[in-house]
Amino acid sequence: MAKGIKDKVAILGMGCSKFGERWDSGAEELMLEAFKECIADAGIDMKQLQAAWFSTAIDEVHVGKSGIPLSTTLRLPNIPVTHVENMCASGTEAFRGACYAVASGAVDFALALGVEKLKDTGYGGLPGGRGGPLQALWSANGTAPGNFAQLATAYQTAHGVSDEDLKRAIGHVSWKSHQNGAKNPKAHLQKAVDMETILKAPMIASPLGLFDCCGVSDGAAAAIVTTPEIAKALGKNNIVSVKALQLSVSNGSESGHNSWDGSYFHTTRIASKKAYEEAGIKDPRKEVSMFEVHDCFSVTELVTMEDLHISETGKGWKDVLDGFYDADGKIPCQIDGGLKCFGHPIGASGLRMLYEMYLQFQGRAGARQLKDPRIGMTHNLGGAPRENVSSISIVGRYDS
Amino acid sequence: MVGITGYGAYVPRLRLSRQAVYDANKWFAPGLRGQAKGERAMANWDEDSITMGVEAARDCLNGTDPKSLRNLFFASTTLPFKDRQNAGVIATALTVEEGLMASDVAGSQKAGTSALISGLTAAKAGGPTMVVAAEKRSTRVASANEMQFGDAAAAMLCGTDKVIAKLVGHRSVSMDFVDHFRGEESDFDYTWEERWIRDEGYAKIVPPAIKAALAAANLKGADINHFIMPALMAAIPKQMAKMSGVAEAAVRDNLGANLGDSGAAHALVVLAHTLESAKAGERIMVLAFGQGLDVVILEVTDEITKLSKRRGVSGWLARGKVETNYMKFLAFNDMLPIDKGMRAEFDKKTAQSVLWRKRDMIYGLVGGKCRVCGTAQFPKSQVCVNPNCHAIDSQDPYPMAGLEAAVMSFTADSLTYSPDPPAYYGMITFPEGGRFMADFTDSDKEQVKVGAKMRMTFRIRDNDQMRGGFKRYFWKAAPA
Repeated sequence: MAKGIKDKVAILGMGCSKFGERWDSGAEELMLEAFKECIADAGIDMKQLQAAWFSTAIDEVHVGKSGIPLSTTLRLPNIPVTHVENMCASGTEAFRGACYAVASGAVDFALALGVEKLKDTGYGGLPGGRGGPLQALWSANGTAPGNFAQLATAYQTAHGVSDEDLKRAIGHVSWKSHQNGAKNPKAHLQKAVDMETILKAPMIASPLGLFDCCGVSDGAAAAIVTTPEIAKALGKNNIVSVKALQLSVSNGSESGHNSWDGSYFHTTRIASKKAYEEAGIKDPRKEVSMFEVHDCFSVTELVTMEDLHISETGKGWKDVLDGFYDADGKIPCQIDGGLKCFGHPIGASGLRMLYEMYLQFQGRAGARQLKDPRIGMTHNLGGAPRENVSSISIVGRYDS
Repeated sequence: MVGITGYGAYVPRLRLSRQAVYDANKWFAPGLRGQAKGERAMANWDEDSITMGVEAARDCLNGTDPKSLRNLFFASTTLPFKDRQNAGVIATALTVEEGLMASDVAGSQKAGTSALISGLTAAKAGGPTMVVAAEKRSTRVASANEMQFGDAAAAMLCGTDKVIAKLVGHRSVSMDFVDHFRGEESDFDYTWEERWIRDEGYAKIVPPAIKAALAAANLKGADINHFIMPALMAAIPKQMAKMSGVAEAAVRDNLGANLGDSGAAHALVVLAHTLESAKAGERIMVLAFGQGLDVVILEVTDEITKLSKRRGVSGWLARGKVETNYMKFLAFNDMLPIDKGMRAEFDKKTAQSVLWRKRDMIYGLVGGKCRVCGTAQFPKSQVCVNPNCHAIDSQDPYPMAGLEAAVMSFTADSLTYSPDPPAYYGMITFPEGGRFMADFTDSDKEQVKVGAKMRMTFRIRDNDQMRGGFKRYFWKAAPA
């Protein structure tokens, strides 16, 4: 019987580029920016890397396919490099690949690096027009904001939440992340925004306004993983270990079967439950110190906090308004500013979230440092509410 | 006895205010002032002759099994495809049997009546025949045609069983009288002087043909209760009736006030409108003028009282929405180089091999129904979508186009490219089972709500202008 990943893998080093509209950089420069910090932090030589996982989701607008772009950019020593794409969970998937390689005993040191260079398309928002030749013939002419806006409509319908209450709650989600992002020098948007500006912003896809949507930016993040034993042998203190890695993928029931009401993420409920089990967490609302969740849109975060079994179903909006997830609340969520302030370079986001966890556990988060965090959870949601991949990772202090 | 066994019609929801057309163009064409009243039917950006034809045919079938059809004629001078059978697209959307004779009829304003004559003849020889006529003509800015024309479709089911209007006789004359033409190199009609058309055309061609048709049927002009004759000159039908001994009261209104002239479809549109209220025993004469003349004489039977209720011209006219934005009319008709933005540039190439494999799904909106658990689903798949079933290879085809759906969730998206922003779309669910994320059309803010009832309608999804205008059709949801 498999026992799961708990404490079998340690993060040896991490790096993260400055996120933003990096007109100065291509994907290659971003990769190297994250990697240089990561390898220096790990304190090993590049030649010691035995395998790498490379995540990028919309590779057709920047590096192209395969593991070659990473291998070539870093001049890796002809080791296995696997290109990973699983929509917005891509970064976490690269991390999972690297962790599994270490946990299996196949390698001692593995690299996970994610990058996305989105700002060479000439327009705002994510590049569109993908999905294959059949989907192009029938799926609605939608965008990400339009798909997630419907989560809001359905959530309101399911729980009888008024337009005003919903707007205030999702507005608070974004307000809180902007407060946090203002303290993060690597964030794309480092500005606090007042509630009035948020509520009066132009509509993108009703009911989501401009500030309900995360930015689109360029960025890269990387992690080198090994076993806790090797990390110790290398003289590392404050070791951060992996407690759980879960992924749940829609099988079409939400989009095709009338049992789903559109108000929640079926996959996130499953993945988070399994992750708590894997990590041995009984009462997440008490045990988890911080969250980095996939706030591609404000309403996504709101609903996700219910599906992670932290807020009661249908009551998450009240927790949000009560400040439960604020920096000074019970469980800070998006203490680094989230996708809201970092933007969402798809292949990098999952690793960027882990980077913040890693800094927090090591007491290196500067102005954002939380007091004595023990357990943290990251979450990515790729796709649309009706059809998605939901990835969860739980990391924490090795000694906790 | 062969004749018409059912009728149907379609009029787009939008009605362009002629006052709005005049207001925009009076600086250039003050002479249009006299026509600046009422509205003309205006196709939405996602409608063309094929989509309107499908709607009219569905209205006409109204419960009749499409698989019973043996022939399908489609008449239009605005066929979306020059080489690709347009009637075949309609047939696929109607989910007919593949062993069907389909044919496009085009090239003249009498294409609709010619198709009707062909349909009646084919029905007499062998089985139920659908005749569809639709028209969506482009017009020059500030032209009289822009005011006169309207977009619409009609359909007539021909057969020998339960005939509501039996064929009494028909006569055609063909002569190359060019009152107007539209050459291959133009999108617009070029029309000769009205007085010449009236005196040398109508007056000399129409009455003798009517006379011959009446004589062959052993009838007199006075025996005609409904005289249907589309003509852009309003006085012509009455003048022709008078010259043929037909009572002025029999001359049918050409629906100019709020529809306009729908070209090759118009005779059948007015015929459909006439059949809505025609009484048993009444005789209908249908004429269409264009390089000659078609004359069709029909007699209404008792069966008309038993015909199931359909929307017809009146039903569709009643759901109109007046459009006063002339710029929108120009943009919808590709007459305005509007800045669509980069999101309009995404490639819309269609993999024909995929479309062929999935033709029932895409054109017929045929889903699947699981034999094991009974769950209806879209699309039909090899493994049942029901989380408690997942049976393999268990689904029978399940046509869903005729089913009513309800809105589960929706949005108004201002980011995606739409010719008519914001783009409304959402998850629609069918009470019998099945759901999908559908584009909405013909929708206003007030109409789109959670729980709103929606009707599926066959529409243009994309136009691949990079490859000469391959229209991608699929089904959208419109407020029921």
